[in-house]
Amino acid sequence: MTATAPTASAVEAPQRRGALTQSVRDSLVIARRNLIRMLRIPEMIIFGIIQPVMFVVLFSYVFGGSIAVGGSTSAEAYREFLMAGIFAQTVTFATAGAGAGIADDMHKGLIDRFRSLPMARGAVLTGRTLADLVQTALTLVVLAAVALLVGWRTHENLGKVLLGFVLLLLLGYAFSWIGALIGLSVRTPEAATSGGLIWLFPLTFISNAFVPAENMPAFLRHIAEWNPFSATVQACRELFGNFPPGYRAPDAWPMQHPVWASLIWSVLIVVVFRTLAVRKYRSAA
Amino acid sequence: MPGAIHAEGLVKTFGKVRALDGVDLDVPEGTVLGLLGPNGAGKTTAVRVLTTLLRPDSGRAVVAGLDVLRQPDEVRRAIGLSGQFAAVDEYLTGRENLRMVGQLYQMSGRAAKARATELLERFRLTEAADRPTKTYSGGMRRRLDLAAALVVSPPVMFMDEPTTGLDPRNRQQLWEVIQELVAGGTTLLLTTQYLEEADHLAHDICVVDHGRVIARGTSDQLKQRTGGERVEVVVHRPEEIDPARAVLAGFGKGEVAVETHTRRLTVPVTGGAKLLAEVIRELDARGVEIDDIGLRRPTLDDVFISLTGHSAEEGQAAAEGGAGNGAGPGEGGQGPRSRKETDQ
Repeated sequence: MTATAPTASAVEAPQRRGALTQSVRDSLVIARRNLIRMLRIPEMIIFGIIQPVMFVVLFSYVFGGSIAVGGSTSAEAYREFLMAGIFAQTVTFATAGAGAGIADDMHKGLIDRFRSLPMARGAVLTGRTLADLVQTALTLVVLAAVALLVGWRTHENLGKVLLGFVLLLLLGYAFSWIGALIGLSVRTPEAATSGGLIWLFPLTFISNAFVPAENMPAFLRHIAEWNPFSATVQACRELFGNFPPGYRAPDAWPMQHPVWASLIWSVLIVVVFRTLAVRKYRSAA
Repeated sequence: MPGAIHAEGLVKTFGKVRALDGVDLDVPEGTVLGLLGPNGAGKTTAVRVLTTLLRPDSGRAVVAGLDVLRQPDEVRRAIGLSGQFAAVDEYLTGRENLRMVGQLYQMSGRAAKARATELLERFRLTEAADRPTKTYSGGMRRRLDLAAALVVSPPVMFMDEPTTGLDPRNRQQLWEVIQELVAGGTTLLLTTQYLEEADHLAHDICVVDHGRVIARGTSDQLKQRTGGERVEVVVHRPEEIDPARAVLAGFGKGEVAVETHTRRLTVPVTGGAKLLAEVIRELDARGVEIDDIGLRRPTLDDVFISLTGHSAEEGQAAAEGGAGNGAGPGEGGQGPRSRKETDQ
């Protein structure tokens, strides 16, 4: 092997930066790495899009016409009602991706490499969640287009509609931190995928996403009304103008103030799970 | 004056397993310490503690003059780690991997890029530089992993089983790189299960088993503990064993050991190749026909067995090749073996 000793001039002295600047920069380096990976495994993005598109089509044509929303069983009314639910469910599925990705990095020894580098402690996880956010945004764009095709419409101004999407992205971002914690806690990427998905089903079904919570038994209804996931769904329906005609919001505080409730829940989840995940990362064995 | 790597009384337990049970190490600047031991001996745990990846239950460690427990960030700036697995992102190209690591070592984007190009050249990866590493062979991945550990030319390097799973040719190439590094002044701690590797690369060797250092010294010192060189003869016919024994007894410094079913006789000697020639002439004069004869130095595997009562390779007779040519173990290349240490 022809090798020359590394010359001092070739190696620039590592720069010292402020903690925050370094954290942002390191996170972006990692986010870039994860985005490159996504582009090189396009099937991941494609499957990530096909699944919610299937949900949109299946739910709106199979359930539409059978489920009464706001006292009407019209398929059109259900379709408008449904979309916020599917959007929100789709963004929470980012959990599984983040979890599997980080578990895979652990498994392959990459987390060890990163932990042995003089980089910001939370950057590996922040970078991953940021890259997931980009993927989630991309999925939402495609999904919204499909929703428009099957007859979904918004009835509020653009600012409100965009705010709805921002809340969806924030929810997805929050859930990818839950995924990060799961990914650091399990032994294999496969376990992270299933561990990231199983609890999402009760969470998204015991909510107002697919059927109005008012029809549920009392105890489920209370869970559904205080479910963080329901808050975002409710907020989107309000911001998109997708409440069925004659709809009256339940008395529970999050259902009365869904935008605030959604914001508070998402920020709370980010703070709690980011803290737990970064702590777990620092001591990952 | 403590060395570039210095550890005292490291203890780490996982449940009931004492992965490290009071390990002391000292590696003077610019030298190579080989941590030699079987799977599960605690080698990887020791590396993980010294590279700030794992906190020990007790004990202290200093790397490049920095306290591992109190100044982990400063330590990370001063070390390079090449772990047991080639830790590169398989979907990124070789160039992208190195550039990313450079940036995470806080180099500017441009400097990281330039350094990546330089390292790719040095490790003969220029041609494959822009292919995802998924397409690389095992040897190429290992080289890239090592290159990643060298991005900032750290003064202290840790390599955890750097050649495990490599074929003999790739191993040889990696050894050359490691020797160049050390010639350039790098301090290196290297773990290995290959006795030959420790013999070849390390100035000092610590033999570890069950979380403890059970012997330390240079390769020669360790071999001395097992005794010096010996002559080994395989005779052609069983009835030649007795005359051969008589000849060897005349030259030997100890008892002649006989293995009847293989017709193999061994005796400790001093006097090297010159003595060997005399033994051959004498055997010839007595009409003893020999199948094989050689001067055999004790291998590190002999050392290991005499220290622990079991082979470092547990069942794999690596010393096999030693008969006849005196070159020690391993020239046939060693078989694949489990890459996981149970102490993780």
